[in-house]
Amino acid sequence: MDQELFNRFVKCAVDTLKVDAAQVVPAARFKEDLDADSLDVVELVMALEEEFGLSENIPEEELAEVTTVGQAFDIVVSKL
Amino acid sequence: MQGLGHRVAITGYGVVAPCGIGKEAYWNGLLGPGITGTRSVEIPEWDPLPYFESAKDARRSDRVEQFALAAAQEAFQQAGTLNVEPSRFGTIFATGIGGLHTLEEQVIIRVEKGERRVSPFLVPMMMANASGAAISMRYGLQGPNETICTACAAGTHAIGYAARQIAWGRCDAVATGGSECAATLTSLAGFSNMTALSSTGSSKPFDATRDGFVMGEGAAVFILERYDLAVARGAKILGEILGAGSNADAHHITAPAPGGTGAIACMNLALEDAGLSASDISLVNAHGTSTPLNDAAEAEAMTHVFGARGVAVTSGKGVTGHALGAAGALEAAQVLLSMEKKLIPPTAGTTQVDPAMTIDLVTGFARAWTPAPAISNNFGFGGHNGSVIIGPGE
Repeated sequence: MDQELFNRFVKCAVDTLKVDAAQVVPAARFKEDLDADSLDVVELVMALEEEFGLSENIPEEELAEVTTVGQAFDIVVSKL
Repeated sequence: MQGLGHRVAITGYGVVAPCGIGKEAYWNGLLGPGITGTRSVEIPEWDPLPYFESAKDARRSDRVEQFALAAAQEAFQQAGTLNVEPSRFGTIFATGIGGLHTLEEQVIIRVEKGERRVSPFLVPMMMANASGAAISMRYGLQGPNETICTACAAGTHAIGYAARQIAWGRCDAVATGGSECAATLTSLAGFSNMTALSSTGSSKPFDATRDGFVMGEGAAVFILERYDLAVARGAKILGEILGAGSNADAHHITAPAPGGTGAIACMNLALEDAGLSASDISLVNAHGTSTPLNDAAEAEAMTHVFGARGVAVTSGKGVTGHALGAAGALEAAQVLLSMEKKLIPPTAGTTQVDPAMTIDLVTGFARAWTPAPAISNNFGFGGHNGSVIIGPGE
């Protein structure tokens, strides 16, 4: 895992989800561990798209499958 | 109040306003200096965090909803524990506009960054009913939950309609009031271009040199309760809603009906509802926006109903500015504070009452007062008129 990329991911998660950086680990589950519902995840993904300058948006079908930080991070990396 | 015979007690209230957060600070603010040199007054350094479980929850609420929840917290704390079924505890709330700051921010984001960047929280944050929804969810109020959006009359209409829910027997308690936070750059431009705002940036209700209103913001929330239930649980009765009136000018989208005919009819409806005559009213908390047209029509209406200089009149808008849909709520709170303090705050900013008016306007210094029924009036763009008559508590 690219630590520099992940640090940028953590910063987005801290800003949008208002959680501690230490909570944002690959195994963390959005709903159970980060108290983030589906709209929170949408907002996080929007922030990630902006932070990483993704030219294509992450489609809803892909988002629906995401339950953990690690999964979300992998999707972002795959779009870079 | 007409209905099934249930009297309506006020057992708690809370206030958030630029001149003070919390009832005591608000009262001190009302006795302080008026507004000069600004087109809007806003709550300085507002911090929503004390009123939310988490920073994320606070960020998901528009400032208008944050104000509402803050005022609700003070109101519920004062009211204490009510013996009311959730299904018979309603929420009748007011706003003129709703989450306008959120809408404006997101419009800018859409234009600058595209549709994909528009927040998924735009809709729940901008919708006018968000404040009432938030209050009902936080306190588990499962009775009717309706939001009234009759512009500057909304706060007064909400209090009147909330009281009616109890008088009619539908509810045993209702959280009511109003919140507003609408001084965005776009809305200020609109109010300014329609020449409603003071070009000199001063609010001076009924003054000979008044030239428009100053935009305000804030919220007030009241806990209304069936009087006998409040007495039975030993609650302190802070005041009583004795009657309310609501009607329409059906005349013009922004200008009041000439001679204040709609306002006259509205005050008379409230008096009839309360079973009182004009001579029973000892204080008018006026709409008194400081606009040339409103204040002229309102002064004429008051003279018609109460006689020339027949009743003490005050307007808080010299201090608070005009908080649109929250105005009626902020002003009902002024009436309750006057009842507690036995003082009528002066109409700040006003030094020379318009010589064309024959009203007994309290200016300069607070006036000693023996609490007795008071009427609070508010009138909204669209020709909406609202009056509510509040009596002292125990």
